[in-house]
Amino acid sequence: MSSQSTAAPAKEPFLTREARSTREAMLQRLSIGAITFLGNRLAVMGVLIILLLVVMAAFAPWIATHDPNLQNLRAARLPPSGMNFFGTDEYGRDIYSRIIYGSRITLYIVGLVTITVGPIGLIVGAVSGYFGGFVDTVVMRITDLFLAFPSLILTLAFVAVLGPGLEQAVLAIALTGWPAMARLARAETLTIRSADYIAAAKLQGSSSWQIILGSVIPMCLPSVIVRLTLNMAGVILTAAGLGFLGLGAQPPTPEWGAMTSTGRAYMLDNWWMVTFPGLAIMVVSLAFNLFGDGLRDVLDPKSN
Amino acid sequence: MSPLHRRRLMGFLQSAGSIAVTLLLLVTLTFFLGQVMPVDVVSRLVGADADFQTYEATRLRLGLDEPIYVQFWLYLGRIVTGDFGTALLTGHRVIDDIMRVFPATVELGTFALLIGAGLGIPLGVLAAVRRDKLTDHIVRVVTLLGHSVPIFWLGMMGLLVFYSWLRLVGGSGRVAVFYEGMVPSVTGMLLIDSLLAGDWDVFWSAVRHIILPASILGYASMASLCRMTRSFMIDQLSQEYVISARVKGLSTWQVVWGHAFPNIRVQLLTIVALAYGSMLEGALLIETIFAWPGFGQYLTSNLLLGDMNAIMVCVLLVGVIFITLNTIADLLYSVFDPRTSK
Repeated sequence: MSSQSTAAPAKEPFLTREARSTREAMLQRLSIGAITFLGNRLAVMGVLIILLLVVMAAFAPWIATHDPNLQNLRAARLPPSGMNFFGTDEYGRDIYSRIIYGSRITLYIVGLVTITVGPIGLIVGAVSGYFGGFVDTVVMRITDLFLAFPSLILTLAFVAVLGPGLEQAVLAIALTGWPAMARLARAETLTIRSADYIAAAKLQGSSSWQIILGSVIPMCLPSVIVRLTLNMAGVILTAAGLGFLGLGAQPPTPEWGAMTSTGRAYMLDNWWMVTFPGLAIMVVSLAFNLFGDGLRDVLDPKSN
Repeated sequence: MSPLHRRRLMGFLQSAGSIAVTLLLLVTLTFFLGQVMPVDVVSRLVGADADFQTYEATRLRLGLDEPIYVQFWLYLGRIVTGDFGTALLTGHRVIDDIMRVFPATVELGTFALLIGAGLGIPLGVLAAVRRDKLTDHIVRVVTLLGHSVPIFWLGMMGLLVFYSWLRLVGGSGRVAVFYEGMVPSVTGMLLIDSLLAGDWDVFWSAVRHIILPASILGYASMASLCRMTRSFMIDQLSQEYVISARVKGLSTWQVVWGHAFPNIRVQLLTIVALAYGSMLEGALLIETIFAWPGFGQYLTSNLLLGDMNAIMVCVLLVGVIFITLNTIADLLYSVFDPRTSK
């Protein structure tokens, strides 16, 4: 994002003239991408919400009005008011403050899953597509198996083995997430494997690894990044679903899915206990979907 | 045998082979997931205060003293002969349990699919025809929300609004408690059973109970079906035959439904088949919310109990269902679209 915003104020002639260097060509493409992206109002809204989430997580102690884990049974199950913006839960904890602190958990899950799934998927997919043959067959059979499942069910199977908990949930989501990325990276690799510039690199004596890391993976990056972003929305929903079933983050962690789960028992009398954490999940997941959609229009226009 | 037939046969054998390999991998996965579990199966079976001899005898009987590849072989043998073990939760054979709960899920899923496909496909066509107009944007927002909303939360909100506040629909369960067990179970699907028994009171009670969970489940699948339909339709509408049909003077309605839509039917059939399978995922959470006694609830209660054998049988079953649906989708493609068979 930072590179895009620095490139954005470029003047018109710069964008349309012929690039004089590789650097200039890259800057031009970045600016055009940024302009396209900024033209998509929904996508910009998505980015703003994500930025807000990051700010919320970073400055949680200053934004929250209460200690998220402080129990006060005399103030239990109070409706929303000026004191407690979103009301209080069954232990008298402030729901607004818990949602603010919960943003940290959401970001933790999304971040951790993304930085494990992305590189693993990229490398496995690129290697398998580049070399082909037996390795490729084996890898594709394994990804076939993973993709044959709805992700939540396979995640549940892993959680059943790993046991309930936040770290286990992250691991289980990552374990089920990489095959989709690997498939995508492999498909991209297959289309560029026989390109002339790969052949040229080979003739110059580059090793297979140099080609994969230097030429293949950078070409796979755009579509993988788009997919990862859209995937983040799914990760949030899966993590929340695990939390709801009591298999994700454990109490008293203010995880949004777990909060809706505890609120469920009091739902009919105390609507706010379920409504606000669920809204938080929806807004953030929507933001990642909007952001991913906008990113796809910029980075990967052919797939839309 | 003509070359064409031989090629067809080879193609068939090849896909049968790859399905077999995927199934074998699936069984291997569930076996190893079952192996690494931190639970002592034997003491679960014989009880904590069984004496050493009983413990050892059971351990030997289960083949747990054998090396792992022998155990895998035994496991494979049990699966092939249809022996899936018993569930700790009910004490019944897992397979019997699943047969008992599955019709409820099929009923819910089918109802939801009717809603999802019935709304999603026309909306997707509409969005494609009115591309980049207001209608398209509204449809886009509705589908994006469907992708983003946590389904369990939507279920709870639905109960709160339509059951608790507006009193429009039935609460949790498949039918009002009063009518429970009133009609004999023939298919296991209450809507059909009550019709067979001619009991309209039970039927309407069942409809009032299924409508909310099915709508919410259907909304999720509507979102993805609508999106796919829109992009398929946009592809078709930019083809030359559409332009020539327009030049000929056909109305938009005729062009869209008479010319373009028939060309995306096969693709739609495929994604509808897959959407049907994805219902299982949503059903897992929705059944928990609505106390719907189906497969999803069975799986989650076993998860909470930590009964690995039952969980793995459920996972195996889901995998088999998905592989079957995928195969059916492929078959539909090659039957209805001759271009795809070489």
